[in-house]
Parts: sequence; structure tokens; C-alpha cells
Amino acid sequence: MVDLWSGLAQAFWLVVTLDAELVEIALRSLRVTLSALAVACVIALPLAAFVAVKRFRARRFVIAILNALMGLPPVVVGLIVYVFLSRSGPFGVMGLLFTPTAMIIAQTIIIVPLIASIAHQSIRDLWQEYHDLLISMNVTQGQKIRTLLWDCRRALLTAALAGFGRAIGEVGAIMIVGGNIDHATRVLTTAIALETGKGEFALALALGFVLIGLAITVNLAIHWLGRTEREGGW
Amino acid sequence: MQLFPMTAKGIESRRRGQVLVGPIDLTLDGQGACVVVGPNGAGKTTLLRLLHGTARLSAGQINWACPTDEARHHQGFVFQRPVMLRRTVMQNLIYPLRLRGVPLAQARDRARDWAARVGLEAMLDRAAPVLSGGEQQKLALARALISEPKVLFLDEPCAALDGRATREIEEILTHAKSAGTRLILSTHDMGQARRLADQVLFLLGGRIHESGPAETFFNRPETPQARAFLRGDIVE
Repeated sequence: MVDLWSGLAQAFWLVVTLDAELVEIALRSLRVTLSALAVACVIALPLAAFVAVKRFRARRFVIAILNALMGLPPVVVGLIVYVFLSRSGPFGVMGLLFTPTAMIIAQTIIIVPLIASIAHQSIRDLWQEYHDLLISMNVTQGQKIRTLLWDCRRALLTAALAGFGRAIGEVGAIMIVGGNIDHATRVLTTAIALETGKGEFALALALGFVLIGLAITVNLAIHWLGRTEREGGW
Repeated sequence: MQLFPMTAKGIESRRRGQVLVGPIDLTLDGQGACVVVGPNGAGKTTLLRLLHGTARLSAGQINWACPTDEARHHQGFVFQRPVMLRRTVMQNLIYPLRLRGVPLAQARDRARDWAARVGLEAMLDRAAPVLSGGEQQKLALARALISEPKVLFLDEPCAALDGRATREIEEILTHAKSAGTRLILSTHDMGQARRLADQVLFLLGGRIHESGPAETFFNRPETPQARAFLRGDIVE
């Protein structure tokens, strides 16, 4: 209990005094996760729409794989990205290992299947609803996908938020590919792991509270921007 | 652009080896309202979808007076249960126009015009899925007519509507007909068939059992089944 209280107190002071190091780490966390989220959405949402509307031989297989990959162990993803980016790996010459870019790559890989799976569910339902109308209107494949993505936007927001949640709290992969280097690749989760390891429970807790606060703030902000639960019934 | 005459030769729809509709031979010219009547399961909906091109032909062919791709572009379809895009009434109305590349401002003007014609001008900013059943069907009708199709298919458009909504829809349809839109409509409602039809197709068991001008069909039906159907007997 003592740790919890002093953690809370310390978190409070760190936030109120805008501790430089804390701000730096928190901003890096946000930057890495939001970048990964943006890249993942660009890949996952059209993929989800494509799989929902297009009938092709491997469709069921792709859906099954996407669903299975939702539970992708981050540590394994981190390891694979590490191997690919390491000096002796195929992308070693790009010198990306232990940079925020490497962390973004790893997080993107982790959340693409999650976002695509959730998005696919809702796009498929909407497609069933719209099917006859859009076929009758003779829309092109591109128009069809754009219509579905747009009219599904609220559900897609939920998918993106789920991706954000998984990415911001993720530690295994970014620890491996980022290396938790101070002032370079240290983010909230890796800092918490480090401080816990050092026995600095109060600081670790403080960082933890900041992380939770950050996640809640971003979620609320996106909900507010997206006007969910405010207009319409969808 | 001339769509008619349209000829269908030996068209059939089969599912798992069972013939749902057909074989049907049919020639349609370009005027008035053709009403498809018949008992449940006679294949009215499937016939409309085959003609429209949204159901796959198992056999036979349909020829429009122009290439089929172009013909598809000048057709509209109104479903028994209207499909509303999850958007506002205005956005629903401009959707088919935007698909055809009409500039936004012009599309909005036409949408306002059509909303006024079907009595939805006060609801342009409402979300379409929360409208009442009658309003949704009127919106679906306006959305189908706004792109000025040469032919409009309607699959029991008033099946779930009360008298007033039905009358409003029929007024819009009569107006569209006199403006030159070919109507091909299926209905259960014999009163509606009598009010709208210029030509009747009586479907039974997936085939055209009797067809002809509305006046002849309603006053002097040739087959005993059609007579029974018009009397209100159960025909199977």
C-alpha cells in the first residue's frame, strides 16, 4: 500500500511539475504508437474491406489467418523484426535497429491483424446490408470499398482504438527492437519494466499511472472528435 | 440512348438443380407500367432481379437495345425493404449522382428538388435509417429516380406500408410514368395492380402463365388460374 500511495504522489508531482524526462518519454510513447497506428490503419482498413467484399479462393484462409494473428505474441514479433533489422539481417544496411522506426515497424505488425479483424467484422455486416443496393447501383469495386469504409467509420474507430490500446501498452517487442535506450528509444512501458527491475516501485507506478492516464485521454479525445454516441444510431 | 425493346429469351434461374424461375420468353417495349402479379414463391422478385441483372442467369439471355453495360446504367431498383445508407437524407439522395460524377453543388440542388417532390424537404439533415418505413420507401424511390433511369424496377414497394404512404408512393410512380420512365413493378395488392398497370404479367410456378394489356387481363382473363387469382382464391 505504501508503494501505491507514494507512487500516486510521485506521479502527481511528476505530472504537475511537467518533469522533463517524463514528458520526453511520454511523448515518445505517443509518437511511436500513433505512427504505428496510422500505418496500421492504412494497411488494415482497406485490407479488411477488400476481404469483406471480394470473393476469392483464399478468402476464408486469409480471414482465419487474420483472426489467428490477433493473438500474435509481441515478443516473437520483436524477435523476428530484430533478426530482419540486425546488422547481419536482410535489412541490416538500413541501420534501423534500436531506433523508434524499428519500434513503429514492430508495433504495426502486431496491431494490423487486430484492426483488420475487428474492421472486417463490421464491414462484412454492413456489406450484407448494402449488398443489393450497391450491386443494383452498379458501383465499381473502388466506390464500393470507399462507401463501406465511410459508412462504417464509427466501427472502424473502435477497431483503431483497440489497436491503439494494444500498441501503447505493449512492451515485449519494442524492448527487443528498441533496446530501451535513454533519450533515444525509451518509452513508458520499457521505462516501467526497467524501474521495476531496479526496485524503484514508486517511480514505476508513477509512470504506470501516467500511461493509463495517457491511454484514457487519447481514447476520450478520439471519441469526442468522432462524436460517437452523440448522433445517429450507428 | 434507347433501352427498349428488351427481349429475354429462355431465361432461367436455378439453384441447386431446382428451377426457381423460367424458362421465360419476354419482350418489353418502352412505355407505361408493367405489373408482375402472382402468388408467393411464383418468382416475381427473382424475375425482376434477373431482368435488372443483379441475379445470375442460369440459362437464356437478355438483350437490351443497347449494350448491357450501358443499359445497367439507366436502371433503378427499389426493394421491398428499403436499404438506407447510414447517412443523412441529403447524402442518400446525392449518392447515385456523385457516383455518376455530378458536381456536388448541382447534385445538392437536384436532391433538394427531389426531396420536395416526395415530401421529405423538411428532413434533409435527418439520418436516413431513423426515418419511418413510409419515409424510407419514399426516400428510396427518390434516390432511384434522381438519376433519371429509363426503367425502374420495384419489388413490392408498398408491401409494408399503410394506405396513405401507399397513395403517396403511387402518386410519385404515376408521375414518373407520365414523365417517360418505364416501370416494372411486382405487387401483391390487386388494387394497386389495377391502379397502376398498363400491362400485366401473371406468374405461376416460375413461368409466365398469362400476360397482356391490363384491361384485358383484369376484365377478361383467359386462364382459369388467372380468374381464380383475381377472384381472390388461393392459387398454387
